[in-house]
Order: sequence, then C-alpha cells, then structure tokens
Amino acid sequence: MAVDTDTVRRIAMLARLDVPDDELAALTGELAKILDWMGQLGEIDTDGVVPMTAVKPMPLRRRADAVTEGGMADEIVANAPEAAGPFYTVPKVIE
Amino acid sequence: MSLIEGQSGAWEAVIGLEVHAQVTSESKLFSGASTAFGGEPNAQVSLVDAAMPGMLPVINERCVEQAVRTGLGLGAQINLVSVFDRKNYFYPDLPQGYQISQYSQPIVGSGAVEIALEDGTTRTVRIARLHLEQDAGKSLHDRDPRRTWVDLNRAGVALMEIVSEPDMRSPEEAAAFMTRLRAILRYLGTCDGNMEEGSLRADVNVSVRRPGAALGTRCEIKNLNSIRFIREAAAHEARRQVAVIEDGGAVEQETRLFDTGSGTTRPMRSKEEEHDYRYFPDPDLLPLVLDEAFVDGIRATLPELPDAKKRRFVDALGLSEEDAEVLVADRDSAAYFEAVAEGRDAKLAANWVIRDLFGALNRSGLAIADAPVSASDLGALVDLIRAGTISGRIAREVFEAMFETGRDPGSIVAERGLEQVSDTGAIEAIVDAVLAGHPDRVAEYRGGKTRLLGFFVGQAMKASRGKANPKTVNELLRAKLDEGQGRDE
Repeated sequence: MAVDTDTVRRIAMLARLDVPDDELAALTGELAKILDWMGQLGEIDTDGVVPMTAVKPMPLRRRADAVTEGGMADEIVANAPEAAGPFYTVPKVIE
Repeated sequence: MSLIEGQSGAWEAVIGLEVHAQVTSESKLFSGASTAFGGEPNAQVSLVDAAMPGMLPVINERCVEQAVRTGLGLGAQINLVSVFDRKNYFYPDLPQGYQISQYSQPIVGSGAVEIALEDGTTRTVRIARLHLEQDAGKSLHDRDPRRTWVDLNRAGVALMEIVSEPDMRSPEEAAAFMTRLRAILRYLGTCDGNMEEGSLRADVNVSVRRPGAALGTRCEIKNLNSIRFIREAAAHEARRQVAVIEDGGAVEQETRLFDTGSGTTRPMRSKEEEHDYRYFPDPDLLPLVLDEAFVDGIRATLPELPDAKKRRFVDALGLSEEDAEVLVADRDSAAYFEAVAEGRDAKLAANWVIRDLFGALNRSGLAIADAPVSASDLGALVDLIRAGTISGRIAREVFEAMFETGRDPGSIVAERGLEQVSDTGAIEAIVDAVLAGHPDRVAEYRGGKTRLLGFFVGQAMKASRGKANPKTVNELLRAKLDEGQGRDE
C-alpha cells in the first residue's frame, strides 16, 4: 500500500510524536510494509459477513449505577508532572 | 418563519442544534465515581477517569436506560445494537487522549420534537440521532498567569448528544426547540436541564440562504449555556453571514465562540487544522446489545409528556391552548397545577396558578419548586371561593398573605374575619345604612341616573370591608332602589 512521507508526517503530528525529518523515510518504508502485510486481508471476500467483535459471543458487561470510587484527589494527582493542590496544572491553554 | 432583511433582499436562516445533555445518574458512564455537582477538585475521579494505564471501562446500566428512555420520549427509533468508538484528540482535560463516544452506530436513531410557535402554529423539528459519550474535565484558566489548572470531576460523566436536523428557520424557533427539548428531558427525568450548572448546553449550526434556495455554508457556535444565548448567538451569526455575503465575501465554514458580553460571535483562535478524529471502535468495549423486552420495559414506565398533557388539558379540562402551553412547559408547573385542579374547577385553578401564583413567583424571583404556597393550600383557597366563603377580591388578599407567610387560607380567613357575608339580614342592614347616608344620590338614581348603582355597590362593599357577597348586595340594592322609584311615581 502506498504511503508517502507527508502522510507519515501528518500521522506523527496527529499522534503528537516528534519525528525528525531524517527519520521519516525509514518510518515510511516500515509503515508501508505493515500496511502491505495487513492488506492481505483485503483479498478475502467478506461480502455479507457481519464484523466479528469477539471470538466467543459475549455480552457487554454492565455495572450498577452506584458511587464506588473517588475521594482520592491526592493519589490521583500524585503522578502529575505538575500539580497545584488538588489540581493538575499544564502549560496555559486558552481559547 | 421570520426573514432577515438584507440590503439586497430577504434572507432566511437555517439552524440546527447539537445538544449535550448530562445524563441523570449517580455515577459516571464507565466508572464508579460520583457525578455530583460542585465537589472538591479531583475528588470525584476514579483511576478509569484519570486514564491510568490498564484501567478498563465498564458501562453504567442506568445511563443506557436513560438514553433509551430519552429516545422513546423523542419518538425515536431505538437501535438494539450500538457501538462505542474512540474519538481521538489531545486536550489537557481529556486524559485518555480520546473521548469514548458513538459514531456510526448510535444507540438512538431518528425522532422528532414538536415546537409551538408564537403565531399559534406548530413546527416539527426532526432529531437525527442521540448517542452516549463521555464529558471532559474542566480547565481553569484564571488561577495562574502561566498555567492552566485541570479538574477531572466531570471527566467521564455520561452525556447524551442529541442532534437535530437543520429544521429551524429563526433564532426564536431554535430557542423554542431548546425549551421544549429541555421540558421533555425533565419530564423523563433523564437530564435535570440545569443550564447554569452546565448539565445542558448546545452547539448551534447557522447558515443563511435566499428563502427556499440551496443550503449555504454553515458556522458552528460552540457551547451555549442558556436559551437566551442560543437565540442571541443565532441571531447575530445570521446577520453577520448576511453582511459577509452582501459585501461580496463568502462565509467560511468554521467554529465560532459567542461573547456573552458583546452579543457577538468570533472565530476560535486556534484554527485547529482540520479535525481528524480517526474514529475507530473502542477495543475495550463490546457492542452494546439490547433486547426488545428491555426497551418495552422502559416504554411501559414513560410519563405523560408535554404534548400529550397539553392535549388533555385542552380537551378534557377545557383550558385554552395558551394556558395549557404555559402549564405544561415545565414539569413542576404542570404537577403543581394538576394538584390544585384535582377534583376542582380546572379553569379557576388554572387562573389562580398562572395569574396569581406565577405572577407572585416572577415578582419574587422564585422557582415553582420554592413556592411558599403549597398546591393543597391553593386548592383550599379555590374551594373557599367556590363555596362562597370568601369573594374573589378577598381571595386575592388572602393569597398575598399566604404567599408572605406560607400559612393555609382557612386560618388566615378565620383570623382576619374575612368570611363573606351572605346572610341577607346582615347585608340588608348595610344596604339600608348606605341608602340612608346618601339621600341625594338616591334621588338622582330614582331620577334616571341608574348607573349610580355601581356607586352604591361600592359603598356597601366598603362598609362591609369587602366581605359582603357582591351578588346579594347588588340584588338588594336594585330591589330597594327600584321599589322606591315605583312608589314615587
């Protein structure tokens, strides 16, 4: 499958990955190989086949509407690169 | 339909809404953290909401029920199979880096909302879809000059995104749609409709065109949290687009913000190079499969909705369309009225609720839920009028006292001695005194100035301190004055 370096640059930007220009060509080749390999699936005739979401049919597990968690702001922000009291803080984003 | 007069002729606005309604539930869509408003920062956050590695979402059954209930209330198709997708974007209040939403297979399909217009006609606004999704957290920009603070209490709270077709043709229709949708949600109990707290907000899509022409390019105005702002933003945006086109320009499709201070819209600062959300089915969640019995079970518990209630108020209780509309517009108002009208004259009850109670509430800035007069007390007041115990005029005085003190009408009437006097003997004495006190006027009346009757009635009512039965006063006065006249001739 054809992938060009502009597409790879764009995908990297959307994923917020900082890819230097001199690595783009190599990445493009790798991605193309992955897509070619997965592209083999396209050779199978799947007309009229319902997409399969699980090998074994299972219902989506559901939860009762009850408050069972919370009250742990300190633990929640413990891993934050920066916090102010119980808040996370990030570089200013303003709209 | 109201047209916009431009320099080059008339234009028509085309408006569609995307409404975000917070699902009424105890806990979040995929976690057991509380949805309560106003909690301590980050105290209502689970490890799922904070997107800690390895955490898995488990859907809240109540939120599913609420979405189905809302769909049924909108007369919409319920999709027995729906799918949760990831909508990918980066923002500090979205720790997962994606929002769990529904894209190609929402839980609810097309439905409709009827809106009543000012001119007495109705318009059907089609609903395109309703889907479940997660709310984001809250960013606070005003606490620190260089940093944005983030509170994730709202992150993961269940929202219903309700999307209308572009079926509205004026800002007033957009406001009427939002008003009716909010009423339906509140009747259903699926969203509290509290726009100040952000439980209900709307993005408004506006374009303009020559009446009946093809659709123009639309702009989306984000995140409006009052019905007034929806109307003002839509009105301003439509006028802005007309001005752009008439100046020879073209409307650019973009996302705009409404400045509530100036009443204008402006483009969002970041022109976010075109959105690319790269939706894909969330691998952490299987498709949501419902069975007919589940849907029927919810259908069986649907309350009477505003349109049906309005019809019943008009057809069965004999109210006017206008009064019925006022009463059903809000679930609490309708319930209050029904409690007052129960077993009583519905029109009289409606009059007291709309004119007196709503009037007093408006003047004091209170909501119906905080009314100092209970429905049973107002009903008792109606009973006192019907039984002839007090006159309508005295009832007004009693109502004012009820509103001020919260006391029941019976004790106010008894304490102030306001019972209407219907005893003919007592009234006759008053009437005789009035006639005796105004011999000149009596002579004038008998000389043909019969409109003086009103004067005598007024005097007699005043003498009785408003308590005399006006009908009896009238009859007695007329009899005595006319009888005297006959004797003179």
